[in-house]
Amino acid sequence: MSKDNKILEELTSKDYEHGWSVDLETDDAPIGLNEGIIRWISAKKEEPGWLLEWRLKAFNNWLTMTEPVWANVHYPKINLQGLRYYSAPKNSNKPKSLDEIDPELLQIYERLGINLNEQKRLQGIAVDVVLDSVSVGTTFKETLSKLGIVFCSFSEAVHKHPELVKKYLGSVVPMTDNYYAALNSAVFSDGSFCYIPTGVRCPMELSTYFRINAANTGQFERTLIIADEGSYVSYLEGCTAPQRDENQLHAAVVEIYAGKNAEVKYSTVQNWYPGDKSGKGGIYNFVTKRGICAGDHSKISWTQVETGSAVTWKYPSCILKGDYSIGEFYSVAVTNNYQQADTGTKMIHIGKNTRSRIVSKGISAGKSQNSYRGQVQVMKRATNARNFSQCDSLLMGDRCGAHTFPYIDIQNSTAKVEHEATTSKIGADQLFYCNQRGISTEDAVALIVNGYAKEVLNQLPMEFAVEAQKLLALTLEGSVG
Amino acid sequence: MLTIKNLHASIEGTPILRGINLEVKAGEVHAIMGPNGSGKSTLASVLAGREEYEVTEGEVIFKGKDLLELAPEDRAREGVFLAFQYPVEIPGVSTTNFLRTAVNQVREYRGLPALDAVKFLSVMKEKMKLVEIDQKLLSRSLNEGFSGGEKKRNEIFQMAMLEPTLSILDETDSGLDIDALRIVSNGVNQLKSDKTATIVVTHYQRLLDYIVPDYVHVIYNGRIVKSGTKELAMELEEKGYDWIKEEVNAASV
Ligand SMILES: Nc1ncnc2c1ncn2[C@@H]1O[C@H](COP(=O)(O)OP(=O)(O)O)[C@@H](O)[C@H]1O
Ligand SMILES: [Mg+2]
Repeated sequence: MSKDNKILEELTSKDYEHGWSVDLETDDAPIGLNEGIIRWISAKKEEPGWLLEWRLKAFNNWLTMTEPVWANVHYPKINLQGLRYYSAPKNSNKPKSLDEIDPELLQIYERLGINLNEQKRLQGIAVDVVLDSVSVGTTFKETLSKLGIVFCSFSEAVHKHPELVKKYLGSVVPMTDNYYAALNSAVFSDGSFCYIPTGVRCPMELSTYFRINAANTGQFERTLIIADEGSYVSYLEGCTAPQRDENQLHAAVVEIYAGKNAEVKYSTVQNWYPGDKSGKGGIYNFVTKRGICAGDHSKISWTQVETGSAVTWKYPSCILKGDYSIGEFYSVAVTNNYQQADTGTKMIHIGKNTRSRIVSKGISAGKSQNSYRGQVQVMKRATNARNFSQCDSLLMGDRCGAHTFPYIDIQNSTAKVEHEATTSKIGADQLFYCNQRGISTEDAVALIVNGYAKEVLNQLPMEFAVEAQKLLALTLEGSVG
Repeated sequence: MLTIKNLHASIEGTPILRGINLEVKAGEVHAIMGPNGSGKSTLASVLAGREEYEVTEGEVIFKGKDLLELAPEDRAREGVFLAFQYPVEIPGVSTTNFLRTAVNQVREYRGLPALDAVKFLSVMKEKMKLVEIDQKLLSRSLNEGFSGGEKKRNEIFQMAMLEPTLSILDETDSGLDIDALRIVSNGVNQLKSDKTATIVVTHYQRLLDYIVPDYVHVIYNGRIVKSGTKELAMELEEKGYDWIKEEVNAASV
């Protein structure tokens, strides 16, 4: 063991004692990160021993890792010891049902197009709400359980379906995968869990909304979706955070497992607070999302509309292990003001006749930087693998940047990989044409941008698509003229 | 309805319009002709409010308002319509969707309630007949991959939907075969009324057989150098523009 690690270990074991001295009655973990905090979180959640061990192992791994610097994003170093790693809404305030959720919060969700009230629930979207670190409620549980579908908070799954959690947790994103994934594995607080049994087609959209509320709190949620053989599920994720001057860290992990003939559609509309116009505040969003098409003829499709966060670092990926499996990635990433996004995907072709499709639409405005980073890997065994990538960038103004980093690694000569890229600007001609028809410049921008992003927006469930369109317009407000 | 007085405009410091005077009354059709590069499209763009052009002198009064003070979208909402010589493509946006946004913004400005989807579609159906345009074309991305004729037809269709008081058609006849020309002209004629006016920019007299002008003006070097009636257009067709250039050049010596 290196000297540094010894010192670290000493320090952490010291803090560990300190950690235990904290009153369990409080719902906030003390600020800081050490083994004690991890034990505190695990105890607070009354977790089984195996999970605590898993967390500690992840933590010890994390201690040996360093923060990645290869992404095209720049931000001051985050003081991980200055964060709080667990914050539950106080018991007295904690809503017992969705109807008791803070009306202000409901309003925020509503602005995002997320309606948690009964009416919307009747429209057939099951919702799990994660407030700060804790899942505060899941709708439609009974309807789903009749079909054998499990949709609940991660913590609940740990208690009720430990065999499933144990089997799949970390199976797609190993705890050693990367710095943030390791950190998440150590301190994750809650998230959503979803299991679709063999042959079941989930009859409604499943959806989770994440909200960071408390100051100085990192949010580390963990999502695990398991689609057993021949099943289908469409899953939606939405996010919000209030405006704060200081930056807040968000480092989630999402794992998807698709068995033989199973299909999972995962859609995200990410709207974390991006910071103000001068670049102050905002969420640092360092997320690891990965799915494995484990069985033959399985399919995983990621669709994301990324409009928020000060810094985004995110590469939803597919491991195409089963023969004839399909991976898709559809993305719209918008950056404005001082936002930075480095996002893209990885498609790893392992099985024969595997196919992947990447459609990435970047939109940069203000002084923002928008990077697409994509990797297509075709392994030796992956005969007849196919990939098509389309990466477009749209620039608004001349102070922003768009960058494309495609990596292609082919080890099987039968592979066919196509890559197309374009960069365009919203033209004065287009804006004038719209103006001449009576359309204001703001609305013209919204119209043009939505047209540009249409191929991706079309992938979203109808209701989400409409809201995503509004969100795009909102994000780009005032970016032209 | 429209009064243009001593209008001067330049682009990037180069004067293009050098003192245009024109009076257009409701119910009238004015044809503006002239050789290539004489400033016809510039005049149309300045009236519509294109920012690249700087108005250096003169005034434009439209329905009693100072038109030059208005933003381009407000000019459109007030009733100025420009059928573009080169219509712009907007990928991913259908004509239907585009027009629904436009129509409702114009209606809002005019104090009318927005049209819901059903009402909008029924209005659209009705106007489609005017220019014999196909629904399929309207569902495609605006102007993307349209033929020259389809683009022009689409411009007139938009005009029908927006119900302008002053329509400026910039070379709407170019790129049209004889059948399309007839259809487009027919549409324009049906939209005419004693409350609206039309300015037809063209350099062929052919169009004027279909859309019969009350007045014909010839622009040369940024000025209206000759005005007359339909007979002037016939004369130009016969003799070309050289005799006008000579007249102007002789007068300026
Ligand atoms: N961006 C520009 N910079 C400089 N000159 C221009 C520009 N745009 C147009 N012009 C010039 O202005 C003149 C008038 O053009 P235009 O109004 O398009 O003529 P018309 O429509 O009568 O053919 C032409 O000489 C053209 O070259
Ligand atoms: Mg012209």
